Amino acid sequence: MTTYYSEEHEWITVEGDTATLGITKHAADQLGEVVFVEQQDAGDDFEKGGEIGVIESVKAASEIYAPLDGEITEINEDLADNPGALNEDPEGGAWIYKIKLSDTSQLEDLMDLDAYKALIG
Amino acid sequence: MTNAPKRTPLYDLHVELGGKMVDFAGWEMPVQYPMGIMGEHKQCREKAALFDVSHMGQVILRGENVGEKLEAICPQAYATLKEGKARYGFFTNEEGGIMDDLIVSNAGDHFFVVVNAALRHQDIPHMKEKLEGVEVTEIFDRALVAVQGPAAENVVGELCPAARDLKFMETVVADIDGVECRLSRLGYTGEDGYEISIPDADAVRITKLFLAHDDCEPAGLGARDSLRLEAGLCLYGNDIDQSTSPIEASLSWAIQKRRKEEGGFPGAARVQKELADGAAKKLVGIKPSGRAPARQHVEIQCAEGNTIGEITSGCFGPTVGGPVAMGYVSAGHGEPGETVKLIIRGKAHDAEIVSLPFVTQNYKR
Repeated sequence: MTTYYSEEHEWITVEGDTATLGITKHAADQLGEVVFVEQQDAGDDFEKGGEIGVIESVKAASEIYAPLDGEITEINEDLADNPGALNEDPEGGAWIYKIKLSDTSQLEDLMDLDAYKALIG
Repeated sequence: MTNAPKRTPLYDLHVELGGKMVDFAGWEMPVQYPMGIMGEHKQCREKAALFDVSHMGQVILRGENVGEKLEAICPQAYATLKEGKARYGFFTNEEGGIMDDLIVSNAGDHFFVVVNAALRHQDIPHMKEKLEGVEVTEIFDRALVAVQGPAAENVVGELCPAARDLKFMETVVADIDGVECRLSRLGYTGEDGYEISIPDADAVRITKLFLAHDDCEPAGLGARDSLRLEAGLCLYGNDIDQSTSPIEASLSWAIQKRRKEEGGFPGAARVQKELADGAAKKLVGIKPSGRAPARQHVEIQCAEGNTIGEITSGCFGPTVGGPVAMGYVSAGHGEPGETVKLIIRGKAHDAEIVSLPFVTQNYKR
C-alpha cells in the first residue's frame, strides 16, 4: 500500500488498481467544522480534475476534485450522519470513496508525503 | 491612498489569540479563533462571546433637532427617540430601497449613529449632504466591541455596574476601569448583550479585562453570521440592498406607526403602497429538511416546480443543529408551513417556510 497526495489536498491510498480517497488533515483544518458532505454514487465514473463531491463547512462549500480517472466502487455512508468525522479522522475512518483506478500511471503526477508536507509548509 | 486592508486597534490581540484573519469590507478581521465557528456560536448562546466590531462606522451628529432632521432620510421616528434610547433603522433611497441599516442613539447633547463598515464611504457623505445644520463627525479613534450572550451582563457588569441597570436598546456613558466608554445594551446575535465604544488607547486593555472573565471568549465573523441568521436578522448586501424595500424585507416592524401614516421619507410612496397592497416579494425564513446547507443565490421553487425566489443568506445553524436560511419568495407564497424546493447544485431538496427567528431572542427588556 502506498499513499499519494494531490495539490487539491486529497490523499489516496493505493493497492493494485483499487484505492481509498479522502481529504488531508490540513484540508480539514482549513475548512473548519464540516456539516455536510455531498457524495456521488457507487458506480459513477470520473475524470481527473472533475468534481466528485462537495464538502460544506458552517461557512462555505468546497468542491472535491478527482486527482485521477476512475470509478467509484463504494462510498463512506457514515459521513451522511456524521460529517464531523471529517474533522476528527480525515486520514483514517472518514475516508470518502473507494475507487477503481483507470490508469495507474496517473499516480506519477501525485506527491509523496514529503513533497506534500513541503507544499503545505 | 492604499488598498491594503485596514486594521482595528484590536488587530494584534486577534493574532495573539490565534484569530484567522480575513479581508472583510476592506478590514482585516478574525473570521474565527481556535475554538471554531461552531464553538464560538454556542459560547455566545450559552455564556458570552466578544466580537470586535470596530470596523463599523461610529458617527456623532450635533446640532438643533437632529432627530427631526434624520426623519427626512430614515423612515424611523427619531424625532421622538428619548434621551438614552437607541433604535434600529435604515436610510431609504428615492425608490424606497434600503441604502444601509443602522442604529441611532439619542445621547442627550448629540446623536450617536453606527453604520455598516462597507458603507461608511456612502453614509457619511449622505448625512453631511442631507442633514442641514448638523455637524457630522466620523469617529476614527474609538474601538467598538460587542459582548453578547446570557452571561454578558455579568461579564460587563463586574467591571461596570451601570451595565446592569440598562435595558434592551438603552445607552449610557459609563466608566470602565477609569475610561469613559459608551455602553449600549443591544447587538446583532439575538442574545442579550452590549456594544461598547472604547477609546483606541484603552481598547486592548479593556477587551482583555472582559476576556479574563471565565464565561467570555472571543468570537469572529463566522459565528457572528450564523448567530444573526438564526436570530432572523438581515445582513446588508445579502438580505437587503438598494433595490429591496423595508416591506419586502419584512422590516415593517422597524417603521413606527406615525411614519407609516405620515410618510415624509425617501421612497415613502412605495413603502406606503406596499403596506396597503402588499409587496411583490417578501423575505421569509426557510428550513431545509435535510442536512445540505442552502447558500446565497440558491433557487427556491414552489411545490409545483415553478421558481418563486432565491435564498439570500444560508448556513448551518449550530444552535438549531441543521441548516437555516432566509430568502425572498414572490407574493402568494411564504406562509409558514408551505413546502418548497431548493435547487442546490442542480438537485431539488425539500424545505419548509418557517417563522423567523429560528431561535428565541433573549433580550433584557
